[in-house]
Amino acid sequence: MLYKRINMSAIATIALCVAAAWGQYAMAAEGTSKADDMSGMDHSGGGDSEDMSMQGGSAPADARDPHAYSGGYDFGPIPPPKMGDEEYMAGLMINRLERAQTSHNVLSVYDLQGWIGKDYDRLVLKAEGEVDDGKLHEARTEILWGHAISAYWNAQLGARQDSGVAPGRSWLAFGVQGLAPYWFEVDATAYAGEQGRTALRLGAEYELLLTQKLIVQPRVEANFYGMQDEVRELGTGLSSLVAGLRLRYEIRREFAPYVGVDWSGKFGGTADYASAAGARTSDTSVVAGVRLWF
Amino acid sequence: MKHISNSTPVLPNLQRRKFLEGLAAGGIVLGLSPWTSSFAAQPVAQSAPVLAGTEFDLTIAQTLVNFTGSPRLATTVNGSIPGPTLRWREGDTVTIRVTNRLAEETSIHWHGILLPYQMDGVPGISFKGIPPGESFIYRFKVAQTGTYWYHSHSGMQEQTGMYGAIIIDPAGADPAYINQAGTERDYVVQLSDWTDEDPMRVFDKLKMQSDYYNFNQPTAADFFRDVAKEGLSEAIDKRQMWNQMRMSPTDLADISAYSYTYLMNGTAPAGNWTGLFRPGEKVRLRFINSGAMTFFDVRIPGLKMTVVQADGQNVEPVTVDEFRIGVAETYDVIVTPVDESYTIFAQSMDRTGYVRGTLATRAGMSAVIPAPDKAEPLSMGDMMGDMGGGHVRHARTEYGPSVDMRVDSPRTNLDDAGIGLRYNGRRVLTYADLHSLKGIMDTRAADMEIELHLTGNMERYTWSLDGLEFGKSTPVHFPYGKRVRVILVNDTMMSHPMHLHGMWSDLERPEGGVQVRKHTIIVQPAQQVSFLVSADALGRWAWHCHLSLHMHAGMFREVVVA
Repeated sequence: MLYKRINMSAIATIALCVAAAWGQYAMAAEGTSKADDMSGMDHSGGGDSEDMSMQGGSAPADARDPHAYSGGYDFGPIPPPKMGDEEYMAGLMINRLERAQTSHNVLSVYDLQGWIGKDYDRLVLKAEGEVDDGKLHEARTEILWGHAISAYWNAQLGARQDSGVAPGRSWLAFGVQGLAPYWFEVDATAYAGEQGRTALRLGAEYELLLTQKLIVQPRVEANFYGMQDEVRELGTGLSSLVAGLRLRYEIRREFAPYVGVDWSGKFGGTADYASAAGARTSDTSVVAGVRLWF
Repeated sequence: MKHISNSTPVLPNLQRRKFLEGLAAGGIVLGLSPWTSSFAAQPVAQSAPVLAGTEFDLTIAQTLVNFTGSPRLATTVNGSIPGPTLRWREGDTVTIRVTNRLAEETSIHWHGILLPYQMDGVPGISFKGIPPGESFIYRFKVAQTGTYWYHSHSGMQEQTGMYGAIIIDPAGADPAYINQAGTERDYVVQLSDWTDEDPMRVFDKLKMQSDYYNFNQPTAADFFRDVAKEGLSEAIDKRQMWNQMRMSPTDLADISAYSYTYLMNGTAPAGNWTGLFRPGEKVRLRFINSGAMTFFDVRIPGLKMTVVQADGQNVEPVTVDEFRIGVAETYDVIVTPVDESYTIFAQSMDRTGYVRGTLATRAGMSAVIPAPDKAEPLSMGDMMGDMGGGHVRHARTEYGPSVDMRVDSPRTNLDDAGIGLRYNGRRVLTYADLHSLKGIMDTRAADMEIELHLTGNMERYTWSLDGLEFGKSTPVHFPYGKRVRVILVNDTMMSHPMHLHGMWSDLERPEGGVQVRKHTIIVQPAQQVSFLVSADALGRWAWHCHLSLHMHAGMFREVVVA
């Protein structure tokens, strides 16, 4: 139902995406071996620099067994206490809830991520969309199962639905989301849809603290498609790119109004579709909104 | 009030100062407590009531309090915060009937007390807990002396007010003679942290944003200041490793004074708890850290303190200007005040707030309150440990999503007062200064060794031992009668006060040999400590980090002595 056939290009695209994501993760993991460049420290007497991977990596052959001290004992007749690690929790981050003033229109935009679960396994909802004149113009909604694969990264698997004024599209989604070195928040997802469609969405965000409460948030997002989609007016390859900058003030951590600017561009076949329809291929919008979380 | 130094606490706005200072008459709202008879400001803030003898009746209930201007429900023992001070005598058998008037299960754990494990008060380990509406009778023979404390081991009740002091006098002591060691005055100084928030909400917030309460983070403004002062490459270098590792050098405390009001004997700074003395008298101060998440750095400007007891056990007297008291630790000090008034100053380790009281010759006095020190960021040593030191063995479960960093060569020196206390020019107590009096510790050598790593993931706000939260753990077996060496390695950037129930921990010197007997041991970032335990208490015992949210997150184990 979700897809009529998967062809080799779809598999290749997904494989490439997984490799890219894994490569990013692996780079992040071994990146800290560069601890050698600590100023003022003399390394000549220290151990091998290989041993200095303080993050990531895998257990050596002689790693301790954490259950070695149990002596075969269980928790006894009284049921052990259930602590916070065994409790279900939920959270909702509304990253963008804004009014966007483009060159020709004013839209409302939302971008949120919610989750429910425990620490390492969660059901994740991602939703992003535009509302134009009270109508849902364009929306991408994803429901994923998120599983922690390393200290800073989660793998996600699930489904995506594109809706709005154009005909809907359904996809299978697989990706990674996490925090890369130097505090870049990264979200990379590959999709396989009906009729052999494939897609890739890459997003990155950064937070720069000007003061404790005034924060600049640049972001980029790129969308790629494997197949032309005439009905949705999307070309192959890089389809769209958004680069934005938002300045928010955290009245409370959970409630931060912001202003900002987004530059969005269409490329390749997508740009051609836009030109043919008399629309712009790039635009700048001024945004104002609020970032909230619960 | 003479003068409050104009410090700049690292908090977002001046409204927070109200949290810092609290209400002058903050505390139990009138009606229920015997010690707050009116809402007018008390000239001498009173201490908790003292209950002595061998039979005790404690009732756990919710009580209306108001520390900051917002009324809240606290969890109290006999209606007071702190709960009543229990005065026992070594050799007596005490019977304590605890009645639960809450709508949820409760418990009381007697911290540092040797007793049969069924009396230890940890639900799920010692017993099933005390259900709502029911009573539980604790009964055990007191086999030690010193200053201790008690608190709930259920939910977040300790955070919401359920704690009190225990003073145990030697067997021959006349109960009317309340002072020991020849001091004319004897005061409990119980430090704690109070939040108007629901502690479970605090936990949920930290799960969403683990640096929620940290308003002392490095900013772009700091970067440019460093560039101006030290040059571009220095400024970049300084931040390089932290940014690469996605860790914060200012991660000193999970909860700051953004949420906390700090209390001394249940009194906020504005309330000015006061202990009276006459000039020339020696005063014993029994400091207890009953906070849930706060390390306090204590000093009395103008007055040196002679430490005579740590965790209830007598130590060779050592005179210092200042000491850090970790959560659950106790320190008894003797002071000989000569001036009219002194400020007893306890600032939080992250320097966002403080609590103060006064030692004075008359009620209603106060002395100059120092400004909190500047917060010192963590250093490379705090992250890396001792580069030339020995390698430790991490557990195989420390390489997954539950652990954000590992320290391969931790430092082992005990002569480090800790972050924020190293360069202040004052004589600050370190573990290296503590030596139990002769005859206190067990002199047997170790029969076996256990190594456990303190781990966590600050980004996810998870805390564990060996990368395993309690729910994924198996019990730790100490064979009965054996002398066990425990090696703890802190693979995190925070200090953790580790507490093993039921048995003493004899802290070892890095070069070997036991040094001081404690029940709670702070393990600093990238540090390794080792201590010896005589597994002479049969049963099941809790073992955990005493930072209550870390314990709740899973930094907890069950020990089986059999």
